[in-house]
Amino acid sequence: MPREEPTTADTTAGAGADTTTVGTTAADTRDTTAAGAPDTTAADTAADTGADTPAGAASSPHRANWWRMLGRDRAAAVAAVVLSLVVLVALFGRLVIGDRAQRQDLDSSLRPPSLGDGVYGLFGTDVLGRSVLARLIDAAATTLSVAVPAVLCSLLIGSALGLWAGYHGGRRESLAMRVADVILSFPSLLIAVVVLYVFSPSALNLVLILAVARIPVYLRTARAEAAELRSRLFVDAARTFGTPSRSIIYRHILPIALPTLLTVAALDFCFVMLTESSLSFLGIGIQPPDVSWGLMVAQGRQYLQTAWWITVLPGLAIVFTTVSATVLAAWVRMATDPAQRWRLTLPTKRRGASAAVPPELIP
Amino acid sequence: MIPFLRKRMISSAIPLFCVVLGVFFLARMTGNPVDLYLPLSATAEQRAEFSAAQGFDLSIPAQLWNYLVDAAHLDFGTSLRTGQPATEMVLDAFPVTLQLAGVTMLLAITGALLVGSLAAYRPNSLVDRIASLLSMTAASIPDFWFAIMGVLVFGVSLGWLPTSGTLGGPEIWVLPVATLLIRPFGVLVQVVRGSMVTALSAPYVKIARSKGATPRRVIFGHALRNAVTPVLTVAGDLAVGLVNGAVIVETIFGWPGIGKLMIDSILQRDFAVLQAAVLLTAVTIFALNILVDVCHALTDPRVRLAVPA
Amino acid sequence: MTTTAAPSPAAADIPDNTPALDVEGLCVDLSTPSGQVRAVDGVSFSVRRGRTLALLGESGCGKSMTALSVVGLLDPAAEVTGGAVRVRGSDTLRMSPAERRKLAGPVLSIVFQDALTALNPVQPVGRQIGEPFRIHRGLSRRQAHEKAIELMTRVGIPEPRQRARSYPHQFSGGMRQRLLIAMAVALDPDVLIADEPTTALDVTVQAQIMRLLRDLQDEREMALVLITHDLAVVAQRADDVVVMYAGTVVENGPVREVFAAPRHPYTRGLLDSVPEHAVRGRPLPAVPGSPPELSAVPAGCVFQDRCPLVRERCVQERPTLRASGDGRSAACHFSEELARA
Repeated sequence: MPREEPTTADTTAGAGADTTTVGTTAADTRDTTAAGAPDTTAADTAADTGADTPAGAASSPHRANWWRMLGRDRAAAVAAVVLSLVVLVALFGRLVIGDRAQRQDLDSSLRPPSLGDGVYGLFGTDVLGRSVLARLIDAAATTLSVAVPAVLCSLLIGSALGLWAGYHGGRRESLAMRVADVILSFPSLLIAVVVLYVFSPSALNLVLILAVARIPVYLRTARAEAAELRSRLFVDAARTFGTPSRSIIYRHILPIALPTLLTVAALDFCFVMLTESSLSFLGIGIQPPDVSWGLMVAQGRQYLQTAWWITVLPGLAIVFTTVSATVLAAWVRMATDPAQRWRLTLPTKRRGASAAVPPELIP
Repeated sequence: MIPFLRKRMISSAIPLFCVVLGVFFLARMTGNPVDLYLPLSATAEQRAEFSAAQGFDLSIPAQLWNYLVDAAHLDFGTSLRTGQPATEMVLDAFPVTLQLAGVTMLLAITGALLVGSLAAYRPNSLVDRIASLLSMTAASIPDFWFAIMGVLVFGVSLGWLPTSGTLGGPEIWVLPVATLLIRPFGVLVQVVRGSMVTALSAPYVKIARSKGATPRRVIFGHALRNAVTPVLTVAGDLAVGLVNGAVIVETIFGWPGIGKLMIDSILQRDFAVLQAAVLLTAVTIFALNILVDVCHALTDPRVRLAVPA
Repeated sequence: MTTTAAPSPAAADIPDNTPALDVEGLCVDLSTPSGQVRAVDGVSFSVRRGRTLALLGESGCGKSMTALSVVGLLDPAAEVTGGAVRVRGSDTLRMSPAERRKLAGPVLSIVFQDALTALNPVQPVGRQIGEPFRIHRGLSRRQAHEKAIELMTRVGIPEPRQRARSYPHQFSGGMRQRLLIAMAVALDPDVLIADEPTTALDVTVQAQIMRLLRDLQDEREMALVLITHDLAVVAQRADDVVVMYAGTVVENGPVREVFAAPRHPYTRGLLDSVPEHAVRGRPLPAVPGSPPELSAVPAGCVFQDRCPLVRERCVQERPTLRASGDGRSAACHFSEELARA
């Protein structure tokens, strides 16, 4: 049910696509009218009308709705702003700060944050007199340059393998799942620790390990989606026309699985960032003179009692980024789930009143 | 139930075996395993002597056979650092981590069941929104940073809690357990809430209400047991992930557990100990997976009564 | 129900002509992304004990939502905004949850379409079927279990004693529907609502289930509200029919008469589209177009966009449901014309 919404747009008749439960086929054959869904629950009907409205009017209002829905959820809107800011800083920050992240000035060592020392003194300095603000900006780029490629790699490879395995089923499916099980049944930090012991820690190795360690997550999700979708009517229909399986996966299955996969990716981004920070903190991740937020925490730890800002600020940077990604992921999941989306359209105050659980169930 | 468990045990044993093999091949992938075992400063004679003593000059299949035989006897060589048998060191450290992890999981599951159900009763209410935001934050905080902040606030500034060490009363547990707790707790709250909301809006709950069941009966008699299944799965995964946290917590608070042992043996290049620790962890995870499967079978008749393929 | 003057659970002292269920002017609003929409608009009907009323309509016409509001199981996105649902003389919409719970089971009961999800997957079926007795009659676990076995025997489950300890997934679709029916009739309700009870089943099983429902109804003198989009089921099984379109009632009356001479063009369209009346070689007649979006129900007649008889007046003025004295009513300005045609 949750992922059917995009199909309604694709298959215009909607007869097979927006039916809801197990009773699909029986209802379809008898209902000669276009409305395929046996009217079930209120939420379903709400979702159906939501999905059908743009098809009836035009396709653009749907997109506009997304921005409006984002605007209505304050937490999600803030999260989106924070994330965009982090990305902008990571992309262009180094151009602005130049070499200030490495420039030492032993005379101004361990200065506390103050408004008087110019922009770069805003967040104080570390033991070598380097500007904490400049280092935070530099570290943002490093951190993202590990997390983003790692997530993208595992997303691409994992999804492709998972969709392929799930669509074809059989031995290919079980082999892919076994491999995923093996990787997942082991703590990723531990994999990274062992591999980084054998090979030397570097940004590239870090990306590779994190990507490999997280591939199974996407593989499992994509497989589950594809396995469920491959038996649907519209896929059968495409198959009877002789559509090659590659195009079926790309045209019919991927668009439906994509929102879920992207949500997983957003959550996984947090996980990858946290793992990178942990490894850097333990001294087997990013190596000096490069700097990442995790490494900054580790470097500041010795001066915890005298210079809290060196440790606290990079930690806060991590928290803000990961929390924003989590909040946004939760919002996307809700927004792409037709059974839940109606909630986002209600004004915040009414949401409490119209709970998903009927009021009389509340003790 | 027995065929089900047998099948699950076999499929869980495959990853275990892969890890055993993985460690072996990883150690040989860099070319010369002696580099891994000996300090960089070792002389050529020392290396040759060590290589011969360990059998590294044999062919790969012969080395693999020796390795497997040794592993079956739990013999992973001696630590270069202390001269103790690696297995012994690992087994000494193991209970510390197990206690820490056990206490943490117990607290995380009970806490999450309480908070998650509370949030699920009134989705989108104030309680729910606060619980959601807090749990999301908890799941996204870097644990090492949380630990350091705890030390800074409660250890350094307020002086209420010890900053590290394992000697003392119950107060030594507070910061390590709290650090280890945040992530599983945050994730579990969300899972409990989600599966509880799903369960409460399921048709069988409607039917139960159509029979005139009271809210208490609906929640505890019908919804909760259905909601527990996904919670169990995630709790199992989180318990595996607790090893990640244990590495951090034990390093920061100086607890002599498996995690600290692993990091120490990495930093001091003590491969024998690392290998033993990794393999013991793999065995523990294997046992844990079996335990989760048993719990699954107990709570869900569809799993228990399924005909094995 | 809780007042001292409340009628006793035995229905004997209620006059025979009082309907077991009387729904009047029921309105249900739905929260959707495009705002509040009216999903059920002023629906009225009543049914006496021993009689069968069919709620007939296309998917999304509001028939299920009507049923759910009657038993008080609406989803939170939907809200009853007006009307009354009377059973045993009192309006359930004005009752407290606790008062309502007392009616759920002994007075009002419901059977859903999808029996697999309607049964709790982790409880043995015997326990679920015996639950009404535990809740309303305070029977012990063992007594309830015996009652459950009796009921399972009654609805035709083979080897009920052994099967009572099985779980829902171990039954076939038809058997699950029987279990669900057993649970619904456990306490001899005045009114049984069956929401598309056979939609998910094979044709042969459908007939068995319908027969079971009929037998149980005869035996227990229940009023049956049958929600369906299947014209054949209505023709064979129902005494009266309420035809719904876009959340409103467009026509009602005794099935035989309504089907013989429909007075609303929508009913006529539905009947014409049954293949039995088709002529070989000609395309099957169908009602053209599709029902309006709930958010865009036209101001005049709800059926105007698809009506072959549409005129100026239909666009401007919504026809009310007019009774024609012979126990029938229709919401069409030109129903007499249609009747003559």
